[in-house]
Amino acid sequence: MPATIAVVVLLIVPVAITIAATFAEPKGVFAPYVTFFSSGFRRAVLYRTLEVALVTTAISLTVGFITAYVIAQMPGRAKSIMIIAAVFPLLTGVVVRSFAWLIILGKNGILNAMLISTGIIGEPLSMLYTEGSVIVAMVYLFVPLMILTLVGVLEGIPRDLIDASASLGARPLMTFFQVILPLATPGLIVGAVLVFTGSFTSYATPQLLGGEKQMMMGTFLYQRAMVTFDWVGASTIAAIMVVLTLGVVLIMSRIARRLNPMAV
Amino acid sequence: MDRRVHPILAAFAACVFFFLLSPLVIIVGAAFSDTTYLTFPPQGLTLRWFVNIFEIEAFRTTALTSLQVAFFGTALSLLIGVPAAYAINRYRVELPRWLSTIFVLPILVPEIVFGFSLMKSVTIGLGLPIFISLLVGHALLILPYSVRVVGASLAAFDFSVEEAAISLGCPPLKTFLTVVLPNIRAGVIAAFILAFITSINDVSVSVFLTGPGISTLPIQILAHMEQFFDPTIASVSVLLMFVTVGVMAVVEATLGLTFLTK
Repeated sequence: MPATIAVVVLLIVPVAITIAATFAEPKGVFAPYVTFFSSGFRRAVLYRTLEVALVTTAISLTVGFITAYVIAQMPGRAKSIMIIAAVFPLLTGVVVRSFAWLIILGKNGILNAMLISTGIIGEPLSMLYTEGSVIVAMVYLFVPLMILTLVGVLEGIPRDLIDASASLGARPLMTFFQVILPLATPGLIVGAVLVFTGSFTSYATPQLLGGEKQMMMGTFLYQRAMVTFDWVGASTIAAIMVVLTLGVVLIMSRIARRLNPMAV
Repeated sequence: MDRRVHPILAAFAACVFFFLLSPLVIIVGAAFSDTTYLTFPPQGLTLRWFVNIFEIEAFRTTALTSLQVAFFGTALSLLIGVPAAYAINRYRVELPRWLSTIFVLPILVPEIVFGFSLMKSVTIGLGLPIFISLLVGHALLILPYSVRVVGASLAAFDFSVEEAAISLGCPPLKTFLTVVLPNIRAGVIAAFILAFITSINDVSVSVFLTGPGISTLPIQILAHMEQFFDPTIASVSVLLMFVTVGVMAVVEATLGLTFLTK
């Protein structure tokens, strides 16, 4: 099949070459990694990226789950309108959606203008180029994806189970924790993996809202490769990203399979 | 409805929708503002920022490149993706399992790593022209959509219909084109649209594959933003949004949007 060949030749081989190149350094097999992890700045970039990705995932999970829960309870027509509204931002590009937050969070932005006119603050706050601004924009980016994933999962939970739980005397909160949450866990894991890997490897959002100050792995990779032309350094970053994302995906999908109560 | 949503939850969901949709409203508002800086609510209404897009040559050429790459890249990914999806579904039993896993890989490998690797080994290593590398990069990036969405509609296809055609003497290729393809048309259209939208908005792969003279629209927008902070960017964004809405309208008309949630 030509498609298989295309994936192997154009995806697997180039990525493998990139990773292999980091082990073929004259200074020693692990030299680029020693350099990476012994530099405080580079470690800081890695930790910042992990932190942003984890916080983004946690917020997106909570917000997405509650919203998906409400959507799943809605009658047919309201449900499809809400799903369309949730999908809509998903279909506009990353650049456009990150750009919106530049207008909102900027020094002369809308949020500052609103806060000043209501008298809450006197001086405009500088909210851009902080970790917070990157996280807000990333949550904005990924919540629709989470909602979409979780609505499907929550709809798949048979209603009889919830009714049965209620008729056996469980209160709504108890039903939620004993029935709905365990059944939704595999879906929550899938959503979390999507958001985590997506935010961990993102480029445009940290570029626009984090800038040089809040360098993340994606922007760092780009800077190494295209600004300083340090290809070994860039390849090392690439290898760390691949290992981390694949690791998270493999471990989490294994956990999801084990936790799935429907597939006993 | 006997199940009621707790008012606190409903209010929370309303806030989420406000959070999701208001930034888009703000972009649209800012695009029409008669000021030289970005602001919302718009002060005075003007179309001059939209005119400005067409006066800046870089936007015209990159928009054209984006459309070409999205169109041909999507076509290319379908050309190799549809047969792959067909083979995976038709010969599910005979084929090794890793074969269908392989088409998940473009999603698993971080886009930015893929872009960087492709630049190193294909653009520079093989010396391919920039436009070709862009096309190849995008085609591969969107291949999973082609394979999975087309595969989903093939899974619902009854292959005994195909066998009937062949046993009646229809040659295999003709059978595929006249019997199988019309039955999975909806899936192919959906795959095309999803892939097109992904391609036209892509940054992470394109950022490495664009070069002197050839760039895509999102990359050009990023570059423009670094120098200017005027409503032109907002109006380009609005145009991109209109393209997306137009595409969505086509999806709605042909398949219904519920397709997207499957």
